[in-house]
Amino acid sequence: MLDTQPEEGYTTADGRKIGGVAMEMRNITLRFGGVTAIKDISFDIRWGEVRAIIGPNGAGKSSMLNVISGFYNPQEGEIIYKGYRRPRMRPYQVARTGIARTFQNIALFEGMSVLDNIMTGRLNHMKANIFQQALWWGTAQREEEENREKVEKVIDFLEIQHIRKTPVARLPYGLKKRVELARALAAEPSILLLDEPMAGMNVEEKEDMCRFILDVNDEFATTIVLIEHDMGVVMDLSDRVVVMDYGKKIGDGTPDEVRNNEEVIKAYLGVTDD
Amino acid sequence: MSDTLLFALEAAANGLTAGVMYALVALGFVLIFKASGIFNFSQGVMALFAALTLVGLQSGQIPFSHLINAIFGTRLHYFGWSLPTLVAIAGTVLVMVAFAWLVERYIFRHLVNQEPIILFMATIGLAYFLEGFGDLMWGAEVKRLDVGIPQGMSLAVDEATFNWFGYGFYMDTLELWAALIAAILVAGLVIFSQYTKQGRALRAVADDHQAALSVGISLRFIWVMVWTLAGIVALVAGMMWGAKSGVQFSLSLIALKALPVLILGGFTSIPGAIVGGLIIGVGEKLFDFFMGPLIGGATENWFAYMLALVFLLFRPQGLFGEKIIERV
Repeated sequence: MLDTQPEEGYTTADGRKIGGVAMEMRNITLRFGGVTAIKDISFDIRWGEVRAIIGPNGAGKSSMLNVISGFYNPQEGEIIYKGYRRPRMRPYQVARTGIARTFQNIALFEGMSVLDNIMTGRLNHMKANIFQQALWWGTAQREEEENREKVEKVIDFLEIQHIRKTPVARLPYGLKKRVELARALAAEPSILLLDEPMAGMNVEEKEDMCRFILDVNDEFATTIVLIEHDMGVVMDLSDRVVVMDYGKKIGDGTPDEVRNNEEVIKAYLGVTDD
Repeated sequence: MSDTLLFALEAAANGLTAGVMYALVALGFVLIFKASGIFNFSQGVMALFAALTLVGLQSGQIPFSHLINAIFGTRLHYFGWSLPTLVAIAGTVLVMVAFAWLVERYIFRHLVNQEPIILFMATIGLAYFLEGFGDLMWGAEVKRLDVGIPQGMSLAVDEATFNWFGYGFYMDTLELWAALIAAILVAGLVIFSQYTKQGRALRAVADDHQAALSVGISLRFIWVMVWTLAGIVALVAGMMWGAKSGVQFSLSLIALKALPVLILGGFTSIPGAIVGGLIIGVGEKLFDFFMGPLIGGATENWFAYMLALVFLLFRPQGLFGEKIIERV
């Protein structure tokens, strides 16, 4: 792997602390019938870093993210999370281990308000039983207040106070993406997975989103794994980058290392249709 | 006040209590449809099955006694004890929970991501299976169900209305109780879905499966939960209709009365089911009162369906349903 960085973490140029290995993917292979979406890929994710997965269309980036979040189960390979081999899990079980995600084609609860959407992110932090909740009694009341407080913090942080009560269906695309991020953040995840957080945004929205991603990573020390098309954005945001092409890993390292990698240049320039 | 107005008021009041019962049946449909997109054809049979189980437990009937007798030549029928109503209701709730679990485990788990029409067909199969199974388990004869609610004319209503208007309304005590219990159940369901974690999860699943998974909601748990809720709603409906007209297999046809309610209220709206039920209940009584004599009576049988047809023409999404927008 990377021998340029010490095993037990380091401090980045801008003063953020990167820890040891949070998650390690070992020889992951994923097939759909006869099609192999991911071929024998290994890489690791460290605590506190922004890890990007890039590659041309159909390279298997989203499949990789779906493997991490449990939406797909790989046929081969293993995932080591927090030091233990993760057994086969369903997506909701993975979510409960502290892995939150957003989707490429926004998956929000369209019928609910922004606030309600974000509150669903707190579902796994609610312990009161159903009778206490229905009667608004004891633990339930304290919990609901705590959760509301956390949610309000996230709302402030992402600057969406003005749309708190708005039904999500009425929001423009850029704000929907932000609400989806807010819902994922409300879960206080250990690892946050972002599937093309900036796809389809205009320049201004992209800049906002970049700022939020960096702030989240900086202030909450959240480990972030993101998929992005826009090379410029990726290079600015991330600490380390995995490059995929046709389901294989063709590069792994700091943005600078990757930028100068022969195979990466070939994949990107060779595949684009100019 | 003129007599006609008083009679109309009486008819409307009776319509309200009937409407609450319609709403109750429709609610069972809405719960399952909202959470899983399944139009549950077996809702009516579930009401029948729940009522059969309740009577069976209450009177200490031996399940499958006809089958056992036919095979072994025995003459078993009753255990010889009878359970208090509340215990029998609790037992029936447990049976409905088991039913919900079995339905998820053995039918719908295998039909994930199938077309709605296939899921619908599965519930038709389930309806026929459950009808036969209920028959086999508890016997096909008409049973009397007594849950301790008095029947007959309500003297309190008669007296109160007589004092106000000088004319006593005729209302059935059982129907008043049924309306009250249904109202409590509906209020409970609304509180549950709006203010509890499970209710929030239920609404989340109803809205987007993928997003629900990503925030840690187990779809299977939610499905078992909604089928259980629908089972409990079915139990209450079966209990009330059963107490009124006996537990018999025609009970499963009350589901048909719920269809116009759903078309009026929208398939996905809990308040819609309630308001729809009330409109149909009151509407059919008033229509019969005013128009019945002019066209030879018996309008109650078809009024609801006619109203539903009108709605299908002018507002197919119902009063409260999600608006159908076609993007081009």
